[in-house]
Amino acid sequence: MAYTVPRPKLTFAEKIYLPTVLAGLKITLGHLIRMLRGKTKVAMQYPEEKWDANLPAHYRGAPTLVTDEHGRTRCVACQLCEFICPPRAIRIKPGELPAESKFAKVEKFPAEFEIDMIRCIYCGMCEEVCPEQAIFLRKDYAITGTSRADMVHNKAKLIELGGVMTGLVHKWNEKK
Amino acid sequence: MDFLYQIDWFYLGTSLAKTVFLLGIVLTLVSYTVYAERRVSALMQDRVGPNRTGFPITLLGAKKDFSPFLGGLGQPIADAMKLMLKEDYTPSYVNKFYYWIAPALGIASVIVGLAVIPFGSEVAGVPMVIANVNIGPLFIFAFSSLGVYGIVLAGWSANSKYPFLGGIRSTSQMISYELSLGLSVIPIFMILGNMNLVEVIQKQVRDGWMLLPGITAATPTLPSLEQVLLWIPIIISFIIFTVAMFAETNRLPFDLPEAETELVGGYHTEYSSMKFALFFLGEYAAMILGSALIVVLFLGGWSVPFIPDGSAAGLPGIVWGLVNIGVFFAKIAALLIFFIFIRWTLPRFRYDQLMKLGWIWFFEIALVNIFITAGVLAYLATRTPQ
Repeated sequence: MAYTVPRPKLTFAEKIYLPTVLAGLKITLGHLIRMLRGKTKVAMQYPEEKWDANLPAHYRGAPTLVTDEHGRTRCVACQLCEFICPPRAIRIKPGELPAESKFAKVEKFPAEFEIDMIRCIYCGMCEEVCPEQAIFLRKDYAITGTSRADMVHNKAKLIELGGVMTGLVHKWNEKK
Repeated sequence: MDFLYQIDWFYLGTSLAKTVFLLGIVLTLVSYTVYAERRVSALMQDRVGPNRTGFPITLLGAKKDFSPFLGGLGQPIADAMKLMLKEDYTPSYVNKFYYWIAPALGIASVIVGLAVIPFGSEVAGVPMVIANVNIGPLFIFAFSSLGVYGIVLAGWSANSKYPFLGGIRSTSQMISYELSLGLSVIPIFMILGNMNLVEVIQKQVRDGWMLLPGITAATPTLPSLEQVLLWIPIIISFIIFTVAMFAETNRLPFDLPEAETELVGGYHTEYSSMKFALFFLGEYAAMILGSALIVVLFLGGWSVPFIPDGSAAGLPGIVWGLVNIGVFFAKIAALLIFFIFIRWTLPRFRYDQLMKLGWIWFFEIALVNIFITAGVLAYLATRTPQ
């Protein structure tokens, strides 16, 4: 069965082609003018314009350590995140809390906590596995540095990025 | 042969100065045409285009980088530096001699053609044309057809299938359009009775542009019957000349020798770095030469409509000379923008359509147009007996 391709029947103006060229020029010129008058929506000009205000609450940016309302870094150095981390970006050196500390009941704290942001894949497993709600993926995404050492976030940096997070479960209250 | 023994230092000096000036201005125009191409195409496709690269004057101690109005004006400089610093790689399987000579041929043929273009009236009594010859257009056509050797040799010497196909396509395309290009301007010279481009412009200053006779003359009048009758062949030859110029300079919708989507890059696939840049330069310089020819033949060259010379506008001679140069390049720039517009408006022709258009339509119409012009001229001669 032969199939005949239906050919469009061209008008005279279409056959001599030049009027259609003008019609085409009209379209491109229209786009140009609309663009020059700023009516066209274009891609965001990144470093000048940012979408930070619109990031959703669950955005998976850089992992950070959060502090609670009592000023305690919630991490208890259980090292679960270190073990779960798929690219092995996390290094924790646990320390022991002194007996006179207000939170002596917790016993452990991270003496050092490092996340290598070159290795980090922003998967969020550390946040998921943390039994203390201590590590959260916040909204920082432009992590830059001029050397490999710059890209390793130490404990101070992680706490600074994490900030205070309230309304979390307190399982180390004195009453318990 | 006396002139060989007496060196006219003034002539030599001014010629050299004009050459350097023209070359400089054309090469600058080329790089900014590339920028305009990218920017205008982006704006027409609802994109932003290159808007970052400014002039890094912070390196010289300034407080802020200079990036005037639309931004990205430093892009051509950055592009040129990139092309110069890239590795100039010569594949082992190419025919070295022709591989090296092809890009040079491609650009040289265009640059030589620029010599006969009158790009201004006079500055301080020096006519603004490097070589005032009586065979201007013939000279340009002769050299621009040599330009095809650049492409053919590049395609052939690269010893690779895509450049080869590009080279073949280019040859047949150039041959078919060169004919209509040459034939289409014959009516103009029949009407003018002269092939000296300087005098072509002088005539247009007096009688108005070829394409808009009468109303753009020194003293604006409605076109006379003679001019209206001659207008018909002029418009036909203008359209054919412009379209053939698109084909001659390998611009879309006739860019089959390059045809990125079909032939990878066409004849310059195997080239890199500055040798590739030479092809690029040659292509855009050819666009400028083509636009210059269109401007000279049809759009009044450096003439400003309604103002025959600077004394009428109350300007001193040297300023008026510079104004004329500015007007000439402004007209060229407008045509280049038109080239760019067409490129981003029309899709590429199919190869058989291209050949059909060249051989069956333009060649014949250009040929018939010569006879129409002859008929009109003969009729006008009987009407006003000398």
